[in-house]
Amino acid sequence: MFRDAALMAGKDLRIEWRSRVTTQQILPFAVLVILLFGMALDPDRGILARASSGLFWIAVLFCSLLAIQRAFTIEAADGGRDALRLSGLDPAGVFLGKAAAIAVQLIALEIVLAMGVVIIYGARITGFPLLLATCLAATAGLAAAGTLYGVLAAGLRVRETLLPILLLPVLAPVLIAATRAFEAALGGVAVEGWPWCGLLAMFALLYLIFGTLAFGTLLEES
Amino acid sequence: MTTPLDASALRATTGSRATRLLGILTLAGMGLLVWCAFWWSPPDVVQKDAVRLLYVHVPTAIVAFTGCLITTVASAMWLRRKSDGWWLLGLASAEVALVFTAVCLLTGAIWGRITWGTYWDWDPRITSTTMLFILLVGYLALRRIDGESGDAAQRGGRSAVVGLLLFPNVLIVHFSVDWWRSLHQTATITRLDPTIEGAMLFTLMLGIVVFSMFFVWLLMHRFRLAWLDERVGALGLDDAIRARRAEAHPPTPEGKS
Amino acid sequence: MESVIHLRGAVTVLGRFPALAGIDLEVAAGEIVLLRGSNGAGKTTVLRLCAGLLPVTRGEAIVLGHDLADRRGGRDLRRRVGLLGHATGLYDELTVTDNVRFWGRAADAAAGDIDAALVACGLVGALADRPVARLSAGQRRRTALACLVSRRPELWLLDEPHAGLDQDGRDLLDGLVGSAVASGATVVLSSHELERAEALADRVVTIVAGTTDVSVAAGEESFLVP
Repeated sequence: MFRDAALMAGKDLRIEWRSRVTTQQILPFAVLVILLFGMALDPDRGILARASSGLFWIAVLFCSLLAIQRAFTIEAADGGRDALRLSGLDPAGVFLGKAAAIAVQLIALEIVLAMGVVIIYGARITGFPLLLATCLAATAGLAAAGTLYGVLAAGLRVRETLLPILLLPVLAPVLIAATRAFEAALGGVAVEGWPWCGLLAMFALLYLIFGTLAFGTLLEES
Repeated sequence: MTTPLDASALRATTGSRATRLLGILTLAGMGLLVWCAFWWSPPDVVQKDAVRLLYVHVPTAIVAFTGCLITTVASAMWLRRKSDGWWLLGLASAEVALVFTAVCLLTGAIWGRITWGTYWDWDPRITSTTMLFILLVGYLALRRIDGESGDAAQRGGRSAVVGLLLFPNVLIVHFSVDWWRSLHQTATITRLDPTIEGAMLFTLMLGIVVFSMFFVWLLMHRFRLAWLDERVGALGLDDAIRARRAEAHPPTPEGKS
Repeated sequence: MESVIHLRGAVTVLGRFPALAGIDLEVAAGEIVLLRGSNGAGKTTVLRLCAGLLPVTRGEAIVLGHDLADRRGGRDLRRRVGLLGHATGLYDELTVTDNVRFWGRAADAAAGDIDAALVACGLVGALADRPVARLSAGQRRRTALACLVSRRPELWLLDEPHAGLDQDGRDLLDGLVGSAVASGATVVLSSHELERAEALADRVVTIVAGTTDVSVAAGEESFLVP
């Protein structure tokens, strides 16, 4: 299982390295989103600094949708789905591998976005360990749930429109918890953020386990 | 697996003796509920007449969440057994639950406007019920797509996995929203005292019973409709197989085949 | 001896369309069987069914001892089967070598087998390091063929393998099929290159309108279905 996951993740990251879709399209989009928030909300009244946690995670959420779509567009091209089913790869390995590749890309996005929030919104980091832990736990949850719902929509003609309606409500708890934890880490009291971070870890664990078990069904039957 | 049937073997109705009896009981119950809610039970001390909305609001909420749970259970059973019945039950239950969720949100909004002075509040229950509504819409959108492409054997685990996650997701959303709002609870809104007594309690209980019956009645009809739809598809399949096979045996010019 | 493929009255429904409306097919180990039929007759569907990618709606379908009606264990079957279809399953962004390595390793192929497959399919030199996006149709087919060869499947299912290949490519393919059979594999293929394919095959099976229950003599079926 882990060998297959490593093979899959390596392949996905190699494709990203060659195609640069995340770095040249999704990343600029992420930066653009936080700039647009700044234009929509009055930058002088301190709204941005107060709302920076929420805006950060909204931007991450939108970018993760794009990253997930991209991850399954790769497989949909030229019968990749059938090839995956015929490959003999362990479905659990495929799930973990794809989730890991998405997570790596999301982490890179979050680092850039975090710098953007600090520089552009003037957010102040007070709890760095909490910030880091929140990013890791939330990313694991986003990648796990995203991979699970991403493969659902992957074989369908309407995937661009179906994925958001299926995935975003599911990710609402991640948005809530990650934003609360970030508020605590950005100028708040860090201790208040840790329980939220725990919730994120629980969410990630749940979806990782469920995805590992259920991915075979999804890959086989759709 | 669908068994071939004659068209005559299909009764083109979704009703049965059981549903008719249940329907009559539900109708009578509704009548009683209307009387209890509007005439027999007194207005609330704080909420005045607005309390009467709760006799619909609370039962629909309970039924909506139950319907969602049924879909999750049906999806799990389908994944185990792969039998058509569970498959169709998941759809029927989610569809009926969606209607009840809508009614619940609507009555809740009206009640909120009268009692709190606002249609919407970031109350944990309102928020998670709205999320339930969206989750159901997403599930049904996927079911629709699955229904259009593929037969019973193919449409597969997609909807079943989403259906399986439906109720757990509602729970996770509810839990996180609850926790979030309890930390930020503003004191401007005074929640009603949940301890109600006498005629009001009886009316509420009656409402729960009547709406549960109504739900089951709708569910039975919807299930049977989906079942008939499925069988019609199976009938068409036999004809389609025959028609396709006939293409391999064209009548020869001499007339012998 | 147990047959490698045993289909009896097999029906496969795609959507609500019976793509296969009753297929009888017996293939023994070591055989090369050619499926013949016009476009839309169901040749591709038979091959995909045998690969375990499609469900059997009715009838019997047993491939390599695995009953296709049993949904579990399909993965073990697919490990032992190699399908060369219209879609190649290759990743455009990766090079020829990367693609063959990935799909080979996915099926636990040894590094030596992967390199040998690349050489056997003539994918050497500058071509081996070219991204698949910049390959010609024929070169793509060769790459897909190399993926299949590296896995050393017991059952080769080749859907129009000659299409898009040049003369050298066709000779190369026929050679690979020959040596696969010599080492114990079984081959089922469909082709419109009838002369070449019939020379390669031990036996020809005609499919018309999703069924092998055909009432006309071989060679005339092309007049039947418009």
